[in-house]
Parts: sequence; C-alpha cells; structure tokens
Amino acid sequence: MIAPVSAWADDILVSAAASLSDVLKEIGRAYGSKGENTVTFNFGSSSGLARQIEEGAPADIFFSADLSQMDNLDKNGRLKLGTRKNLLSNQLVIIVPADFKLAISAPKDLLKSEVKRIALAEPTAVPVGVYSSKYLEGEGLWDKLKPKIVPVQDVRATLASVESGNVEAGFVYKTDAAISKKVKIVYEVPIDKGPKIIYPVAIVRKSKRKDTAHDFMNYVQSPAAKDAFNKYGFVVLD
Amino acid sequence: MIFSFETWQITIFSLSVGLASTLLILPFGIALAWLFARKEWPFKSVLETIVLLPLVMPPVSTGLILLKIFGRRSPVGQWLYERGVEIVFNWKGVLIAMAVMSFPLLVRSVRTSFAEVDPRLEQIAATLGASSLRVLFVITIPLAYKGIVAGALLAFSRALGEFGATILLAGNIPGQTQTLSLAIYNFIQLGKDPEAYSLLGITVALAFLFVWSSEWLLRSSKKA
Repeated sequence: MIAPVSAWADDILVSAAASLSDVLKEIGRAYGSKGENTVTFNFGSSSGLARQIEEGAPADIFFSADLSQMDNLDKNGRLKLGTRKNLLSNQLVIIVPADFKLAISAPKDLLKSEVKRIALAEPTAVPVGVYSSKYLEGEGLWDKLKPKIVPVQDVRATLASVESGNVEAGFVYKTDAAISKKVKIVYEVPIDKGPKIIYPVAIVRKSKRKDTAHDFMNYVQSPAAKDAFNKYGFVVLD
Repeated sequence: MIFSFETWQITIFSLSVGLASTLLILPFGIALAWLFARKEWPFKSVLETIVLLPLVMPPVSTGLILLKIFGRRSPVGQWLYERGVEIVFNWKGVLIAMAVMSFPLLVRSVRTSFAEVDPRLEQIAATLGASSLRVLFVITIPLAYKGIVAGALLAFSRALGEFGATILLAGNIPGQTQTLSLAIYNFIQLGKDPEAYSLLGITVALAFLFVWSSEWLLRSSKKA
C-alpha cells in the first residue's frame, strides 16, 4: 500500500518481531490517519532483523521480542543512545492443530510417541525459540525433545506449521495463538515459572528520520496504542 | 573455512539421498524419454509440458504443490501416514523433492540421446525378430548409454543443489533433512559464515566435478 506522502512528511521503516504483525499494523494505520507521517513495517524474526540492521538496512526503529537481539545492536553502537525502552511482555504457550485428538496438558506430554514433530522457531537465535528451548532445558525435557524439533524461520512460521497439521505441536506466544482459529492452546507456560519475555524498542542510530521516529515511539506508548496492545493480549510494561 | 564432523555428515547425507533419488527416477526417466523420442499420441505435448514444469517453475511453487499432495491433511498424505510413512519433515521428503526437481533434466538428456540413435538400427533388429523391449535393451540403450549416464549425472547435480522444494517439503532439520544447500542457508541466517563457506567450497567442487564429467561423456559419445 503506497500512501501519497507530501514533500515534508516522512515514511519511517519499523523492523519489528513477527509476533507484532497484526497489532503494529493496526497502530500504524491509526498513526498514519492522524497526521502526515506514515509507517512501513518490516516483520520477521528479531534475529534476522537485527542482522539486517547490522548490515546497514535502513530501519528507523527496531522492535525486538527479546533483550538479547537489542543488546547485540547496542553493543555494536547501532542504536541511538537514550532511546531504548522496554515496552511489552508476552506469554509462551504450547499449541496443537485445532482438530488434534491426543490429550496434551503439560510439557512432558510432548514426550509421548504420538507427538512426532514439534515446530519451534530456530532455538539458537529467534527469541521465541530461545525462550522455549531454555524453558524446556529448565524442565529437563530439551534433550529428549530435540530430535522431534523442526526449526522454522519465526513465530508465524511456527503457527503456520501447526495450522497445517504437519507437526503435532508448536511453541508460540499467547498473542499468536489468539489470532488463529486453526490451532488451540493446550498449555500456557506460567509467567512465574517461564522465561521473562521482554519486548524492547529503540531508534536506530543511522536513522535519517529521527524526529518522526521519536514521534512514532511516543505514539506507541500512548493510551490509544496501549489499548491496542491489550486488545491483542500483550502485557504493556510501565 | 571449517571442516567438521558436521560438514562431512551433511555432505554424505546429501550425496546419499541424491544418489537414491537419481536411481529412483532412472527407470521412469528412461521409459518416458523413450516414449517421447519414439512414439506419438494425442496430447503428447501436454505430458511433455507437465514433465518439464519443475524445471521452469520456481522451486518453492513445486515444493508447495508437493506439500499439498503429501501433507497430512491430503488424501495421499493421510493414506501414507496411516501406513507409517512420513514424507513431510522427513528424509523421504528430501528424496521426493530431489526426484521431482531433477526428473525433467534426466528426461530431456536421455530423450536427446535416444533421438540420436539411428532408428534404422532399431528397425533392422525388429525385422530380425526382436521384440520392442529387446530392441530397447540390446540396441537403443547400449548405443545411448553415454547420454544416459550424462543425463543421470546432470540430474544428480540438480538434486544436490535443490533448495526451494526441499525446504518446504522436508524442512531444514539439522541431522535429519539438512542438505548442503539448506545448511548453507541456515549458517548464513545464524551468522556462521565460516561454516557456510566450507559448505560453499564443497558444493562448488562437487558441481564442477559432476557437470564436467557429464559434458565429457556427451562429447565423447558424439565422437563415436
């Protein structure tokens, strides 16, 4: 969608974690309709997006699903100092295809032989994969489940795999499970036992549209945006 | 460059499944190539086009079609699953993706070789009392064997280089379905460039070897 942008209005590029696809598009539309500036989104795995920014991709804002990807960019001086903020939290869930018959009510049920394949975003890099594998390690299940893992590109690819029925289970965020009718949640990793999920956001140092980036950053912390995040199931941090 | 146990494991896996895939398509490829070279029938061009499609369509498109055919929610996939055969996210998916993507190359090469066999030699054998099948095995194939081997080598190289259909149908599972090309992609995604470059070196060396051999066979068959 190309919106006509007048000479002194900006279109900023926001690279954001795949799990933010729906909620940010809605927030972006609202932002675009209330002023001259518009937002274009680049969704993907936070690890892939961070790598793009490292290689010089012209993103103005980076919205990551974990601190580690943001820390790496920070360490390499890719972020504008003082703009980094922890914005959201989320919850990890185990999903199965909606028509799945086998009873799974706890992570250890994944050890059952009927569960042949578990979809997981790349466990060494993509935030949701890192959170999930660390959690399973903590539960003493990772070594036994590892042969069943099908590594995929990001959390939405995980969702799609489970929807297709070609895997028996997958790990996504609660917010991703909420948007799909083709999967059902069988286990919600308790917030206190599971990984601490934090979505930080920051302005990229090489951004050429810092004023608009600041403006959008403020909008993303406004009450209107907060409502949108809550609607989709995200936890807004204070 | 880093040549680890993993590097060799990935290489051997790719070569093994590539070999299996080429052996699998060989009888069908030879049979179809012979039919295309020697016989005519209504709407022959439709079948020729269908066979050629994986060569020109984007590999991910072919991969998507295969996923729809062999996925668990399809009749074929369900039937296989009930018999304990899994294609998706399995080495058998790698085999099928390689076979389908390299099949057109085999058929094309072998067909050309068959077409170069003088049909009069086949006719002479027939007048001496040989059946069609005997003519095929005693006259046609021996005369075209260099072209057949060249075609098989080409198909094998194509199988080794397969990516799009493989990643959709079999997934990129290290140690289970990860071929050379899938591993290179994975290492690049993870920022592990040295490992990627080792595999790059191997793929270039293998491709060079097989394509060069294939061309050499074709040249030497023309001289004879």
